[in-house]
Amino acid sequence: MEEIKKLYDAVLNGNFKIAKELTQQALDAGIDPQVLVQEQMIPAMDEVGRRYEANEYFVPELLISARAMKASLELIRPLLAAQGAEPAGRVAIGTVKGDLHDIGKNLVAAMLEGAGFEVIDLGVDVSPDKFIAAVNEKRAGVVAMSALLTTTMNSMKTTVEAIKAAGVRGKVKIMIGGAPVTQKYADEIGADGYSSNANSAVALARKLVAA
Amino acid sequence: MSKQLDQLISALPVITDGAWGTQLQALGLAAGECPDEWNLTHPDRVRSVAAQYVDAGSQVILTNTFGGNRISLGGHGLAGKIEAINRAGVVISREAAGTSALVFASIGPTGKMLMSGDVSETELAEAYGEQARVLAAAGADALVIETMSDLEEASIAVRAAAATGLPVVASMVFDSGKDRDRTMMGSTPEQVAAALSEAGADVIGANCGLGMEGYIPIGKRLRAATKKPVWIKPNAGLPELSNGVITYKTTPEEFARHAVALRDAGVAFIGGCCGTSPLFIAALSAALKH
Repeated sequence: MEEIKKLYDAVLNGNFKIAKELTQQALDAGIDPQVLVQEQMIPAMDEVGRRYEANEYFVPELLISARAMKASLELIRPLLAAQGAEPAGRVAIGTVKGDLHDIGKNLVAAMLEGAGFEVIDLGVDVSPDKFIAAVNEKRAGVVAMSALLTTTMNSMKTTVEAIKAAGVRGKVKIMIGGAPVTQKYADEIGADGYSSNANSAVALARKLVAA
Repeated sequence: MSKQLDQLISALPVITDGAWGTQLQALGLAAGECPDEWNLTHPDRVRSVAAQYVDAGSQVILTNTFGGNRISLGGHGLAGKIEAINRAGVVISREAAGTSALVFASIGPTGKMLMSGDVSETELAEAYGEQARVLAAAGADALVIETMSDLEEASIAVRAAAATGLPVVASMVFDSGKDRDRTMMGSTPEQVAAALSEAGADVIGANCGLGMEGYIPIGKRLRAATKKPVWIKPNAGLPELSNGVITYKTTPEEFARHAVALRDAGVAFIGGCCGTSPLFIAALSAALKH
């Protein structure tokens, strides 16, 4: 069991080769994949997020840890699926219509995956219809919208309205983020939450799926 | 550096220009529309922005080519118009500048991240090289690599720009870390100055970010870290949204008052980024010229 604690360090330090090796060894030794994910990997990513929020880690550290997490998850996911384990939640994420910027959206997606969410990445310039389709067809419980530009953030409002008009507002929580976005704007357009960075986005998504 | 540039900075500081994107929006640029394409579709409106800066006292104006690389234009389905858009950008600014200002052509980031594998170093070098060559051939006086968040991407862009033989300004955004003195990727002003000099930049700078006040210490640190001239173009504070309208809270007078500290610290080029207007440049001219 001492060995699997090293998996925590490998994810925290962003060493994806070691993370993958340790994961395979642990699985070969018959350790429950849920234990690996819940007790080592997710706590490691939570620590990464904490350090990022505390300005001790920057985007590169966050990305390499997310990459290590992803490498391990690729080995584990088929086993979790076979156990019938459900993800922490399903999030459909995208940069809103008219906006082609995806760095912020990609960081949030990576951190959500690292926290055990199933992430449906809809890409950039995403129309309200595509968000609605992800709710209806892919059973997304959370819609996460990103915008970099003050000129495109109003597509968030349009999308919230379209989700209401489609009659699925009750089935989905809506979270938003991006440089010009504020809590006030989230309240104004009737979103369920706003987060200012990739780490607080994870906390918000957890709160929204638990609500 | 070119003789022209040496001459220009013999009397400091040099007043550069203010924002283009927010000015074009005021002239009708729609949400999500590609600003660079306006060089072809609305050249008169683009020229009017440039001319207002020259009238306000800009000694250096940029070009409406911030997103004119293959990767960014490709996102708008405009990859086939790279040459026309960039060439027109230089021509428009040159017409507005006349003999009153120099034209430094703008090169912004691609919006793709090297580290996450969205784009390769080769793709970046090719995209920046292509744009830089068109801007140089169109007659730009210098190239400005600006609003960069990743020092690696910025260095690739600087090397590609320097290969044209034109003077190169390299300017990054400092808005991260506990003291807001790091780039998004965590680089300090000292690391930025060293790496960009190494890549071949002639002028090192900071732009965009969180406003004028925070860029005074950044300007001082860049000044101390390099012998090259320093370039600073901050935002007019942070955008705030009230009733669906975006406003920047800093006034031209406040902006100019803080800019005096930049001049006194020996910053060579001073101007504004998002939210600044010809009024800001006029206030800078009044406050900074001896």
